[in-house]
Amino acid sequence: MSTRDVVLVALFAALMAALGAFPPLMIPAIGVPITAQSMGPMLAGGIIGARRGALSMLLFVVLVAVGLPLLPGGRGGLAIFAGPTAGFILGWIAAAAVTGVLVERFWSGLSFVTAFLAAAIGGIVVLYAIGIPWISLVGGVPLATAAAGSAAFIPGDLIKAGLAAAAILMVKRSYPIIRPAHGRP
Amino acid sequence: MIAGLYRAGDSPLHRMAAGWKLLALLVAGTLVFLVESPFAALAALLAVLVLYRLAGFGLRLAMAQLRPVAIVLAILFLAQLWLASPAVAALFVTRLAALVLAAALVTLTTRTSDLVDAIERGLAPLSRLGVDVAKVSLSLSLAIRFIPAVGQIAAEIREAQIARGQRPNPLTLVAPLIVRLLKMADEIAEAIDARS
Repeated sequence: MSTRDVVLVALFAALMAALGAFPPLMIPAIGVPITAQSMGPMLAGGIIGARRGALSMLLFVVLVAVGLPLLPGGRGGLAIFAGPTAGFILGWIAAAAVTGVLVERFWSGLSFVTAFLAAAIGGIVVLYAIGIPWISLVGGVPLATAAAGSAAFIPGDLIKAGLAAAAILMVKRSYPIIRPAHGRP
Repeated sequence: MIAGLYRAGDSPLHRMAAGWKLLALLVAGTLVFLVESPFAALAALLAVLVLYRLAGFGLRLAMAQLRPVAIVLAILFLAQLWLASPAVAALFVTRLAALVLAAALVTLTTRTSDLVDAIERGLAPLSRLGVDVAKVSLSLSLAIRFIPAVGQIAAEIREAQIARGQRPNPLTLVAPLIVRLLKMADEIAEAIDARS
């Protein structure tokens, strides 16, 4: 890790905090507030890559754990990790890693579709694959019940994957950070 | 520097070393998950409330710690009531409430800086496994310093867009914000390398 890598990791952890302070979007048809913060893991993986992206999410999780109120509504502290939905916070690390691996894989011909798939697989499929069993385990309810309770957030997350994909492409065009897998300069 | 969730005080819990509090929370969290009776879980919950008292905190602050998980706990309680029995529902929800309150108590009585120090000390043995503890410390202190700066830049971009008559939306805000941050990264990295 170069100093620049450390700086990028720290900046994306700080970006997560800024996203948490964005006012939540309320879409009446969906009924649950959409917060910008869960776009963070998709953006981190898709813009600074799998390794740095995952480290930036780990760093953000540590900052929340040590008592900084960085989650939407000023929540934070160790209590977050004792609650039943902690998997959806800790899962951000894997979500950024998977989005990053996929974006790196499709980097040279990255399109909106591949960027969207990378963001959705990492930021939704992987995240829910961690978050739902976590609720089931900690809350003692069957997987299906935990999944049904989480389903309301999927439409909002799909919108976020679309926004993240567009942002990943815009940043790739103007200031690419990920290097193509073949032929490093 | 952003303010943490720490509440100043001079109780034995405030004075206790951060590392011991984390260890105690880990042990208590494991024990509370081995509890099988709702009455034992209730005893654990009451014990945590006594600790709040000991820390000089009132019941109101304790209840405020439960508010963020209240809806999820209520849904879990109803699901358990429906799927299992009132005793199981009471056990799970009481246990989780005790755990959340205990974890929040560590946060309320421990300064962020003390927890960061405890983490750095805890990581020191891992340096033999290739963990660069100096870089971990650097990333923590950089991120804490960047948080207000990034919020400030986001606000500037939003204001500039409003001044130009654009309606800011998440996308028109996030992409320019990230490009600004990436440009900053190079300058900051150069400045850090030049000083070391």
